[in-house]
Amino acid sequence: MEKFDKLTGIAAPLDIINVDTDMIIPKQFLKTIQRSGLGKNLFDEMRYTLDGDEIEDFVLNQPAYRSAEILVAGDNFGCGSSREHAPWALLDFGIRCVIAPSFADIFYNNCFKNGILPIVLPQQDVDKLMEDAQRGANATVSIDLDSQTIKGPDGGEISFQVDAFRKQCLMEGLDDIGLTLQKAALIDEYEAGLDDQPWR
Amino acid sequence: MTGTTLYDKIWEAHLVEADADGNSLLYIDRHLVHEVTSPQAFEGLRMAGRTPRAPHKTLAVADHNIPTTNRAGGLAAIDDPESKLQIETLEKNCAAFGIDYLPMDDIRQGIVHVAGPEQGFTLPGLTIVCGDSHTSTHGAFGALAHGIGTSEVEHVLATQTLIQGKAKNFRINVVGDAQSPEMAHVTAKDIALAIIGEIGTAGGTGYVLEYAGEAIEALSMEGRMTLCNMSIEAGARAGLVAPDEKTFAFLKDRPRVPKGADWEQAVAYWQTLKSDDDAVFDKEITINAADLPPLVTWGTSPQDVIAVDGQVPDPSVIADEGRRKATERALDYMGLSAGTPMQEVSIDRVFIGSCTNSRIEDLRAAAAIAKTGKVAASVNAMVVPGSGLVKQQAEEEGLDKIFIEAGFDWREPGCSMCLAMNADKLAPGERCASTSNRNFEGRQGRGGRTHLVSPEMAAAAALAGHFVDIRDLKAEQ
Ligand code: SF4
Repeated sequence: MEKFDKLTGIAAPLDIINVDTDMIIPKQFLKTIQRSGLGKNLFDEMRYTLDGDEIEDFVLNQPAYRSAEILVAGDNFGCGSSREHAPWALLDFGIRCVIAPSFADIFYNNCFKNGILPIVLPQQDVDKLMEDAQRGANATVSIDLDSQTIKGPDGGEISFQVDAFRKQCLMEGLDDIGLTLQKAALIDEYEAGLDDQPWR
Repeated sequence: MTGTTLYDKIWEAHLVEADADGNSLLYIDRHLVHEVTSPQAFEGLRMAGRTPRAPHKTLAVADHNIPTTNRAGGLAAIDDPESKLQIETLEKNCAAFGIDYLPMDDIRQGIVHVAGPEQGFTLPGLTIVCGDSHTSTHGAFGALAHGIGTSEVEHVLATQTLIQGKAKNFRINVVGDAQSPEMAHVTAKDIALAIIGEIGTAGGTGYVLEYAGEAIEALSMEGRMTLCNMSIEAGARAGLVAPDEKTFAFLKDRPRVPKGADWEQAVAYWQTLKSDDDAVFDKEITINAADLPPLVTWGTSPQDVIAVDGQVPDPSVIADEGRRKATERALDYMGLSAGTPMQEVSIDRVFIGSCTNSRIEDLRAAAAIAKTGKVAASVNAMVVPGSGLVKQQAEEEGLDKIFIEAGFDWREPGCSMCLAMNADKLAPGERCASTSNRNFEGRQGRGGRTHLVSPEMAAAAALAGHFVDIRDLKAEQ
């Protein structure tokens, strides 16, 4: 997994609440057996017409946001299915950070496993960043995970919370499975205790 | 000391390592795997040279992508090369890693959340995960069950554990005497929709829901599965119903359920699985099921719920800007205008199926309506049983004939038009009364318009060509 420490990039505003995983990556793209290549279909049904032409209005089709690395969105981002194709598609497009007032549980988890930082901020902070993001390419946003701060284009700083373990994994690009396998002895011990419950 | 909740108890019993910072290591008893969210996980194992820790605790079945017609030809007969590759990949991965697989042509094949309980793979007090958000279904048995992403699928395969933070406790009490005439039309689906309508799609975020109260106790296991299935639509990690005699009766003698003395021992343990009387919940609400009308969704979020005798809401009266914009967007997508009575909304398609409502009881309820008429000429209606076993049971009871005679299409088991990955999908603009769980934009096909309803409401809409109040229909009968 790619490390995440600092990121300075263009933030794209997606001022919609309840952005669900079907919007992020529609099911017809879940037929792949790979993780990569989903970026072109990120937000597919909002991004392209039925004939496959780009819908000009859609934020990621606007010249200013084509290389956005940060997404600022409304409440309950990522609700719906458990498909990890959603963060894979964001990542493949180039998004490394999503900022919203709240996230759905599974999506939030999935982000960390893929080197994406989901940031939860109070609504008024998100509103401010949404306004900043609307200014397009002139307005870059800087995120520093170590100090847990976001710097807007006008220099204003916002701090954010993130779980310490997840932060460490992101900053060092650590693989969860490797970390857990180091605890194999504990798992062995736990399993030895299961003999009392033969149905398990 | 105050008492503990059912969730607390299952959590405690599965801690391999407790971590105060919310990154505990939780032991996973059962892992369900399907073709869509697993290939990258198996590939990850392979690349790291890892093997599954406990392959016998994993059960795989193809459901999401599988065709619901022409199954006799097996894998070779699947037209879509990508679907075929995905199912083939699952078969190969299961064979390579020693994982039990319910093949396409096996009578036990079905939607993972229907097949698991049928096989007795789902038991009270277990932790159960699957790379699918509707894993919450299994909470109906008093198991802690939730969806995970593909990286976590790989994590569980490799370690039989999951890194988890503890959720908070949220009890939803549902009162109402199921025997009373006011409750005659109230289904588990209506209760689920009512709860989501009340607390919203993010109302359960960060919580495990426990459903309790007389109306829950009165539900069958099928009904409890319907209810727990939709916990995720309220944003909750999982839903739980404490196991009781109904649970044990459902499980007894199923293939993977303990037998003999083990069964006695298991039941004795399962009987302890309930929240203590003095347990403290972080949040608690009470809903009176006897007040519930038959419900239908009007928008593109499962919380967009309204009584079938109600009208399409008017966004202009919504004060909150985010909500107003979302409502306008939803109505625009759904092609509905404010104030239209729901019963005047005509439909093109009906889908009876999905892990929410494709079990035998659901099909019986739909068939009881289906036999009173014929599918309207303007409607294309399909019934997709949840598993081969449900299909077989329905055919033994003659339900297939009722559906076919009424003009419904009778299909092979799978997820089908719940998510429309296979050939079953809505055309742009088509309107569907669906017994599934999500009415998101494009969920059942790009531009398709989904209204979530109970099986009987779906069947009634199929006959009428528009939504009808099931109470009126029942009064006539
Ligand atoms: S039926 Fe629908 S919700 Fe259930 S597992 Fe299949 S796709 Fe998911």
